[in-house]
Amino acid sequence: MDQDHKKLKESSFPCEVLEKVLSFIDSHKDRSSASLVCKDWYDAERWTRSNLFIGNCYSVSPEIVARRFPKIKSVRLKGKPRFSDFNLLPQNWGANVHAWLVMFAKVYPSLEELRLKRMTVSDESLDLLARSFPGFKALSLSSCDGFTDEGLKAIATHCSFRLLGLVQMIIYQNLTELDIADSVTEDIGGGWLSCFPESFTSLEILNCASLQCEVSFDALERLVSRCKALRVLQVNESINLEQLQRLLVQVPHLTRLGTGSFMQELTVRQYKDLQTAFSNCKNLQALSGLWDATSVYLPFVYGACASLTFLNLSEANLRSGELAKLLPHCTSLRRLWVIDTVGDKGLEAVGSSCPLLEELRVFPLDPYDLDNQQGVTEAGFLAVSRGCPNLKYVLYFCRKMTNDAVVTIVQNCPDFTHFRLCIMNPGEPDHLTNEPMDEAFGAVTKTCTKLRRLSVSGLLTDKAFEYIGKFAKNLETLSVAFAGSSDRGMQCVLEGCPKLRKLEIRDCLFGNAALLSGLDKYETMRSLWMSACNLTIKGCKLLAKEMPRLNVEVIQDEWSDETHANKVYVYRSVAGPRRDTPPFVLTL
Amino acid sequence: MENSTVEKEYIGDEELELGLGLSLGNASGEKGAAAYGNGGRILTAKDFPNGFACGTKRERAQKSASSSDPAALRQVVGWPPIRSYRMNSLLSQAKASNVAGEDDESSKKKMNHGGHLGFVKVNMDGLPIGRKLDLNAHKTYQTLAKALEEMFFSPSPHSRGGKEQTVKLLDGSSEFVLTYEDKEGDWMLVGDVPWGMFLNTVKRLRIMRTSEANGLAPKSQERNEKQKSKLI
Repeated sequence: MDQDHKKLKESSFPCEVLEKVLSFIDSHKDRSSASLVCKDWYDAERWTRSNLFIGNCYSVSPEIVARRFPKIKSVRLKGKPRFSDFNLLPQNWGANVHAWLVMFAKVYPSLEELRLKRMTVSDESLDLLARSFPGFKALSLSSCDGFTDEGLKAIATHCSFRLLGLVQMIIYQNLTELDIADSVTEDIGGGWLSCFPESFTSLEILNCASLQCEVSFDALERLVSRCKALRVLQVNESINLEQLQRLLVQVPHLTRLGTGSFMQELTVRQYKDLQTAFSNCKNLQALSGLWDATSVYLPFVYGACASLTFLNLSEANLRSGELAKLLPHCTSLRRLWVIDTVGDKGLEAVGSSCPLLEELRVFPLDPYDLDNQQGVTEAGFLAVSRGCPNLKYVLYFCRKMTNDAVVTIVQNCPDFTHFRLCIMNPGEPDHLTNEPMDEAFGAVTKTCTKLRRLSVSGLLTDKAFEYIGKFAKNLETLSVAFAGSSDRGMQCVLEGCPKLRKLEIRDCLFGNAALLSGLDKYETMRSLWMSACNLTIKGCKLLAKEMPRLNVEVIQDEWSDETHANKVYVYRSVAGPRRDTPPFVLTL
Repeated sequence: MENSTVEKEYIGDEELELGLGLSLGNASGEKGAAAYGNGGRILTAKDFPNGFACGTKRERAQKSASSSDPAALRQVVGWPPIRSYRMNSLLSQAKASNVAGEDDESSKKKMNHGGHLGFVKVNMDGLPIGRKLDLNAHKTYQTLAKALEEMFFSPSPHSRGGKEQTVKLLDGSSEFVLTYEDKEGDWMLVGDVPWGMFLNTVKRLRIMRTSEANGLAPKSQERNEKQKSKLI
């Protein structure tokens, strides 16, 4: 009877049923877990996975991916380590998407979406993309480099496919100057906009806010007028207010708008037209752009603010008064980005006007101005925490902070998942007590049990890292700079923090002992970055020897010599060592 | 509504060159030499007046910046951790704010004192990566040329077998000349018009090979052909 019962169980789950069930699972983490259950589940999972997420393009190879997953429709691929955003990675380091695209063209001809972050994408790659996937719908290039107008023209021209969303580009480098042949090549111009054929009407998302050049307004206006489904439009600074009004009247149903520059003198008529245009935008959830916005013209956006959940003022250096007048109109606001010109006073207005706020980012107007007493302090942060108990995400650049303030802040807002505090002067202590900022981050990790991402700053001893290791049970990403008093600091983190995935460290005194204390940890993590620390080539070689499934790479630069390893990047990989390392990257 | 005309001088391409964190332009010209004399470098504990728990030795570090020099922070690569595109945007706005003073309204105007948004892009033929220069830090063509000569022609401490060149950009003696693109999109030789007028009209600079500079006329001459404007 028992034997029959068992047999029934084994055969009661035909793989078609299993595949059907698994096809409902979207999260790649859940799918990975499912694939580990047994061989049947592994097979069922691989046949039903359609969304591919690769957090580190070097952790796996295109060949391995192609063998495992036969039916991919959308891909998210990330390349360079995050500190490349801050110029810590030399040019031509890698993360070139081309080899991936060649594989996708061969194995996934029905690919629909491609989202790349921190990858190098050449015009040739964009051209290949444009020609290889007849059903292609959405392209997103975040912090990517390597392409010019030509690549974008290829995408625009060959979109006989139904392109729904195009290019959320956040270009952070001057791409034409990476073209070594001729230093007078034109920048990414707006020319590619004109390459969309007249028959092309399916665009839903257009974001070219980061383009640094003038865009053909005619082409843009024609494009906007025929794409009736457009819901996201973010133009660049070259579009003025009058042009903005003409665009807005075509697409009042926008959900996300990025304006151009406010630097224009308007007639009364024009002002009223803009006011009307904005009032007709009843569905606006996100507003950005706003270059040079002043109290003179800002009020005409008020009519669109009631439905706003995201307001990005990081290009408009507003003063506290201007912010205080604007915020009461934004009754649904959940995310706010500002420049620190609003001051602590402006942040008080945030606290009193935005009870639903979940995310706050405060950028410094003048990051290098150490003498200047302007900007925000702990007072502003405190004010926000008092009025916004739902705060979950904060990025705060300041020059002064105190331990007590942070302790109070996290008591007011215990639900932080992302806490990124940047006290801009390296090694800055509590400005009232002159003590290290250890207790601040101790409070953050103790009180905010849901904390997933933490960036620390200020004067920190090993104690801060003891706290982090001990209390930050859900921490996944930790960023450290100019901190710690001995190897023990890093050791505490590596021995604690059970969910740590990314650790990035710069300018700390951690040495080989610290590095090697994480031997058992690194394979459970995505990556480790250490730059300007006390590592030697010998230490890195030892790590590489002990852990053959880790890639231990040393990046040589002008501060390296035969012993000192100035920039070290360690990551797990099933693909083995990179085959495309430039001469300055040493794989140990 | 204000009556004053606030004319936007669209600089065009506020590009993001790949400088290793060098501060490309100082509030005052005097610091120019110090900022350009060094590459981005690792700081030592001495550089931070507030003390710093780490006391490691870094033989490689250059110790030219004293501990009380705020310029030291500018030389740290990639700190504060702000993305390049945002950094340039913020610094430009900061320059505008500083020049205009404290007043809420006037501080927004980027055109002030008949002046000019400080940073302009500078490219040199043969170099893939451009730099940015703060024109507000200069009052004459001589200081401008000197700064550019130092920026592009002085041997860096880390250059491999650096060639020593003293290049003079303004006197026609070297293989390079200094040119600029004006408001109308034309390329002109630098130095022909009064400094103030130059500031008003310059969009970007280019260090061009003399051999390519044929046909560039000073503004005073008649031109038959205008170069294509950047607007597409």
